[in-house]
Amino acid sequence: MSRLRNLLNALAPLLVVGGVVVLVASAARSPIADKSPRSLTAFDAADDSIVCRVDRLIAARWREAGIEPASRADDLTILRRLTLVLHGTAPSLEELRLFESDRDSDRIERWTERILADRRYADYFARRLSRVFVGADQGQFVVFRRDRFWTWLGDQLHSDRPYDTLVRDMISGRGLWTDRPQVNFVAAAVTDNVIDHNKLAGRTARAFLGQRIDCAQCHNHPFADWKQTQFSGLAACFDRVSISLVGIEDNKKDLDTTADRMTQGDVTVTPAVPYHPEWMPEQGTTRQRLAAWVTHSDNRRFDRAIVNRVWGLMFGRPWIDPVDDIPNPHESTVDTNDLLDVLATDFQTHGRSLKRLITKIAAMRVFRMSSQHPAFEQGHRVDDVERVWAAFPVTRLRPEQVIGSMLQASSIKTLDQNSHWTKRAVRFFKELDFVKAYGDLGEDELTERTGTIAQALLRMNSEFSSEWTKGTLFSAAGRISGIATDDDACLDLCFLVCLTRHPTDEERSLLRKQLEGARGDQRTKIVEDLFWSLFNSPEFSWEY
Amino acid sequence: MHSSRRDFLRITAAGVGLSFAIPGLEPRAADRRGDERAKSFLTIWLGGGPSQLETWDPHPRTRIGGDVKAISTTIPGCQISDFYPHTAEQLHHLSVIRSLVSKEGDHERASYMLHTGYRPEPTLVHPSIGAIATHERPEETVEIPQFVSLGDATFPPRGGFLGNRFDAYRILNPGERGQNLVSLVDQDRQTRRLENLSILSRTFARGRQIKAEQTLHQHTIDAARRMMTSDQLKAFSVEHEPKPLRDAYGDNAFGRGCLVARRLLETGVRSIEVSLEGFDTHTRNHEGQAARARTLDPALSTLLKDLADRDLLQSTVVLVTGEFGRTPNMNPLEGRDHWPNGFSCLLGGGGLVSGLVIGSTDPEGTAQRPDDPIEVADLYATVLHRLGIEYAKEIVTPIGRPMKFCSGKPIERLSRS
Repeated sequence: MSRLRNLLNALAPLLVVGGVVVLVASAARSPIADKSPRSLTAFDAADDSIVCRVDRLIAARWREAGIEPASRADDLTILRRLTLVLHGTAPSLEELRLFESDRDSDRIERWTERILADRRYADYFARRLSRVFVGADQGQFVVFRRDRFWTWLGDQLHSDRPYDTLVRDMISGRGLWTDRPQVNFVAAAVTDNVIDHNKLAGRTARAFLGQRIDCAQCHNHPFADWKQTQFSGLAACFDRVSISLVGIEDNKKDLDTTADRMTQGDVTVTPAVPYHPEWMPEQGTTRQRLAAWVTHSDNRRFDRAIVNRVWGLMFGRPWIDPVDDIPNPHESTVDTNDLLDVLATDFQTHGRSLKRLITKIAAMRVFRMSSQHPAFEQGHRVDDVERVWAAFPVTRLRPEQVIGSMLQASSIKTLDQNSHWTKRAVRFFKELDFVKAYGDLGEDELTERTGTIAQALLRMNSEFSSEWTKGTLFSAAGRISGIATDDDACLDLCFLVCLTRHPTDEERSLLRKQLEGARGDQRTKIVEDLFWSLFNSPEFSWEY
Repeated sequence: MHSSRRDFLRITAAGVGLSFAIPGLEPRAADRRGDERAKSFLTIWLGGGPSQLETWDPHPRTRIGGDVKAISTTIPGCQISDFYPHTAEQLHHLSVIRSLVSKEGDHERASYMLHTGYRPEPTLVHPSIGAIATHERPEETVEIPQFVSLGDATFPPRGGFLGNRFDAYRILNPGERGQNLVSLVDQDRQTRRLENLSILSRTFARGRQIKAEQTLHQHTIDAARRMMTSDQLKAFSVEHEPKPLRDAYGDNAFGRGCLVARRLLETGVRSIEVSLEGFDTHTRNHEGQAARARTLDPALSTLLKDLADRDLLQSTVVLVTGEFGRTPNMNPLEGRDHWPNGFSCLLGGGGLVSGLVIGSTDPEGTAQRPDDPIEVADLYATVLHRLGIEYAKEIVTPIGRPMKFCSGKPIERLSRS
């Protein structure tokens, strides 16, 4: 372990250069974003039957529970949600101005499309999903290249390649981790130069089937009907995979024996899938056959798993929690009252397009609801409101989203693939530092958490905070205090760049007093203090 | 990070000022000794799964024993691995349990089990024992966090359904005072910033008062501010400790962590975990375990002696454990794999009976279960009982389900007073 750490330390300068090269390369590749979205070509907005069906399903739950749903959130709040979950930042002032000047009634739909077309969606979502596919650990750098995997996955998401095809690539891919980045799915399970078959089996079930089979390693699953033998069979599907200088390969020779936990004697385990072996084709390598089985059109767990995952990423809370321990679906029939089944079927019959799935969820009434609800004032039936999704969930933002919003708010212009590469490099490294200091959520990123004292200290007193609030010639705080035409405009700008909203009347009247008559240095300090307060406010680090 | 010395002086000065202003306020519980002290809980966490055969339960010269040798200890008749010569001399302070059993063989699930006494469940996160101790026995005089995790633990202990504010406060690099503890601006500006903040918080609470409270946003800010001005922050530093003592603990993160743990115990911190990772030796087990022992042995033995010398051992329950043990049989890579069917821990202090050896494992490595098996829940019932906490107390969890703090029963042999 310490040797590995030394190696990593030695490679740190290389990593820096590598990171910059990756950033520059992807900046050069990305198309320039369309500045004003005016088309609705990619997905037919009229094809909203799935949206209506899900809306009806959820409304039925409200009726059943006798609970009134929250009212609609305002458009700026919805825009903030969309950019936070899809780009990992709050919208820039530049984007906000454009959005506010767009008065058409379908602007949210068009902006959803615009956000998904932007390379920032592909990059950010690739990072979220890569935690599921290759974990959050460092891994062995020599045989595992997370950066390559990110870029590869980002490319797949950007072109909206059918989800099942990229999963098949990951499970069965062969070659070098740099040249064929999808094989990093396998390379991430290498410990001490040995491929951990159990880890691969566990991850395959969790990431692609939304079920935890890994606990069956030592005992049968506490509630699902996973047996120890089923786990070993699944793990044996990876028995023939090998790692060498030419990369990840499939060995031809027979390696069907494994060590028994008790005796360490050889026992023969045949590669097998835990259910419906008839979905496994006869032809191909064991991994190709496994990949075909996982993504088989009758394997409903596959589509249900990604639907629950995407739902979780968009709401901060999965439909079924925990996200990767979903109960078994009904055998043979699709349950038309089960939201996961309904969305999963739609997903599968529409080319397993992730962009389409996201678009549909974003169009649902439940995604556009306010997080304010009378129950949250009166304290009556709070749990019921949450159980039936009668208000948008209030969840903690990921550290990446907090630092992403901070960096975006410190600049008036949009920070994206068109920004200067130095700005992008700064963002890349700042993000790494901040995430480490704030506390990486690891793979377990959809668990509900509150904030901690350490995070409060970081937001209040850290160098991130001091740098970010400082009113200089180039910072947002400095520029706003200089360019705002009057006190009201100044407050408006501060609130928009930090919180994606205008100040309330109460806030305006209380805060304006500080700015009245203040000039020069004194004014800058007041704006700096306001920036600090906005950054430390609950709104900044919570999704609502 | 930078100018930490100046910050330190500023904070110290503030602390001194405070103690002048409010006579009678006792900044540390350190002056109380022995029975007068409320009991604290200290876990030495050996992450990755230490091998029982290379720590407290060696079987030398057997098929499963590996190359390890056994040495005698200050507990008559009890031998441990020769990787731990210093600990052997302090072992009489503790008892040895060689027959822990659990059903969890995955790191994450087993770490959960060994932190909480419960197996993971999909609908509920159980609180760690350290969090329960803090919840049930808060120490009013402590201004720094009452539950502290020292070291870069993979699975730090959590507050579970008691709430995240009972999560352990983490010091990743023990010996550093903790980061971001000094305000960026002068008092007037800080006041303005906090006033602005309360205006913004009011807006956020509108229409979602209960959700806003559940975020604990204001609570963490208040706790952070209290901590920023506390004299007790000194407990996180080791620079004023004598060099020979620091060297005896070991000049590494874990050694410093153990020394800081002692200082936190003196301050009155309720629960502490010091973690040492790297026991997951699937390959070359002997070398891997030996390397960890070179860090663990000096630190643990010095800590036990230091606590005993300062009369802190009577008021501190000490537990040395990992998430599971390792297979009796070696795998083809000369490693040992995960083994929850009979592994070892050390337990003592806090008035528990010391010098006992409980349970034994099969020297042939064929038995499925050890003799005299001890369930993890019973281990923790023993700990909670010692801390003066009603271990079987039922509390209603956020999902409305009543749940006992601990489902086990105290091990009577250890609890006899």
